[in-house]
Amino acid sequence: MNEITDTLLHYFTFPFVRYALIVGVLIALCSSLLGVTLVLKRFSFIGDGLSHVAFGGMAVAAVFGFTNDAVIVMPVTVISAVLLLKSGQNKKINGDASLAMISVGALAMGYLLMNLFSKSSNISGDVCSTLFGSTSILTLTMAEVWLCVIMSIVVVVSFLLFYNKILAITFDETFSQATGTNTGFYNLVIAVITAIIIVLAMNLVGSLLISALIIFPALSAMRIFKNFRAVILCSAVISVIAAGSGIIISILASTPVGSTIVAIDILVFFIFCTIEKLTGGIRYCQ
Amino acid sequence: MALITCKDVSLGYEGRSVTEHLNFEINKGDYLCIVGENGAGKSTLIKALLNLKSPVSGQIITGEGLKPTEIGYLPQQTVVQKDFPASVWEIVLSGCLNRCDLRPFYNREEKQLAMENMEKMGISNLSKRCYRELSGGQQQRVLLARALCATKKMLLLDEPVAGLDPKVTVEMYELIDRLHEKDGITVVMVSHDIEASVKYATHILHVSHIPLFFGKKEKYVLSGNGFQVDKSREASENE
Repeated sequence: MNEITDTLLHYFTFPFVRYALIVGVLIALCSSLLGVTLVLKRFSFIGDGLSHVAFGGMAVAAVFGFTNDAVIVMPVTVISAVLLLKSGQNKKINGDASLAMISVGALAMGYLLMNLFSKSSNISGDVCSTLFGSTSILTLTMAEVWLCVIMSIVVVVSFLLFYNKILAITFDETFSQATGTNTGFYNLVIAVITAIIIVLAMNLVGSLLISALIIFPALSAMRIFKNFRAVILCSAVISVIAAGSGIIISILASTPVGSTIVAIDILVFFIFCTIEKLTGGIRYCQ
Repeated sequence: MALITCKDVSLGYEGRSVTEHLNFEINKGDYLCIVGENGAGKSTLIKALLNLKSPVSGQIITGEGLKPTEIGYLPQQTVVQKDFPASVWEIVLSGCLNRCDLRPFYNREEKQLAMENMEKMGISNLSKRCYRELSGGQQQRVLLARALCATKKMLLLDEPVAGLDPKVTVEMYELIDRLHEKDGITVVMVSHDIEASVKYATHILHVSHIPLFFGKKEKYVLSGNGFQVDKSREASENE
């Protein structure tokens, strides 16, 4: 036991390990907040779709030789998010079809561009680390850490301010609209925040695993808790603990960061399912 | 001046009209039932009254200080709501949202209002229960309490008894009737149940591709329109 704490303390003397932990926990917090709304609005797959778009954006950025790819990735992803959430109302190509189209399209184009134009000698390594996040969380620059901290504050503050509106719109969009809430605007806010979280989370878990970060804590929390506030709080706590312990385990056991975090999320989900089976859930809680 | 006046309104989708030349008014204290077959434009009419959809032609005018956002709406249930993890209290309170404007949280007055309306609907004891664990009738009461939080003047109910068993259906109708009689709330209800409509309503609007009838219920019974519908329904059931 002492050996483990010693190793941990030793690792924490490196700034990149501390950065990774801070960024990881913040991203996990943000994604779990939005996760509940996205799952309930039947948008679970939007994270997946958008992350593929972000992957395509990254490829384009790499082709043009941008060192800071967030310049391209962020706007592209935000625009796709807005278009996708809007197209939910467009009946010609329905929501899930357009999502599938955009997501595989962007993935294919991204890989194609990377293969054709990349100057790197290790393309499959690059692709793998973008898809699964492997080490990018440990190579963050100071600027990226600050970007992540600021964006997380923006996400958390706007979520708190719009909490009641988000609840009302998620539960019943027509009613909210009929009683004078500007649902279009709040849907836009949700879309933009989702896109921001996804771009940030690509560093942590890579683009293929982002959905897991968004949906698992929300689904676990919904197993047990029966009111919205408790679900949100529980989902945030699960996500933060899973991300924190995932990063520490991955450092100690030299496992890939992203998949370790997701593995813990899955474990928590099954634990919560079992608790639900045993107790029938907590019926009364405020 | 009526609360809502419809002047030669035509409704439809993408330029194709479903119902044409609707002329009617809703006055304070009315209990209007909108009846008609499926696809006759009842839901479209509701959306137009709520300002969610503009009519193809004609005008819908609100008067007597009624803002379009002050209509309490009881929608039909959606799939999303069936497994929604929210407590009854959270849902009823969300009806107060239009009183908040830019204020992010509810104040004491709004919480008080939510509590009174739960009392009125007889669901105070369910306050902490999860919405998805309630029976159909209880869920409708929750949504009705939420609608009451959004309005003091007018309720718009979209098939409030759909999917309820006969006993609960009667209770629901009595509850709505009490709101109309005791609290003086104007009620507009879309219904398939002509018998109940005639029993409780003061006015009937029968929509079809052309408007069949608008007026007091006594005249509606004499007009024979309701019987037409009943006969056609019987015919289709016999087939």
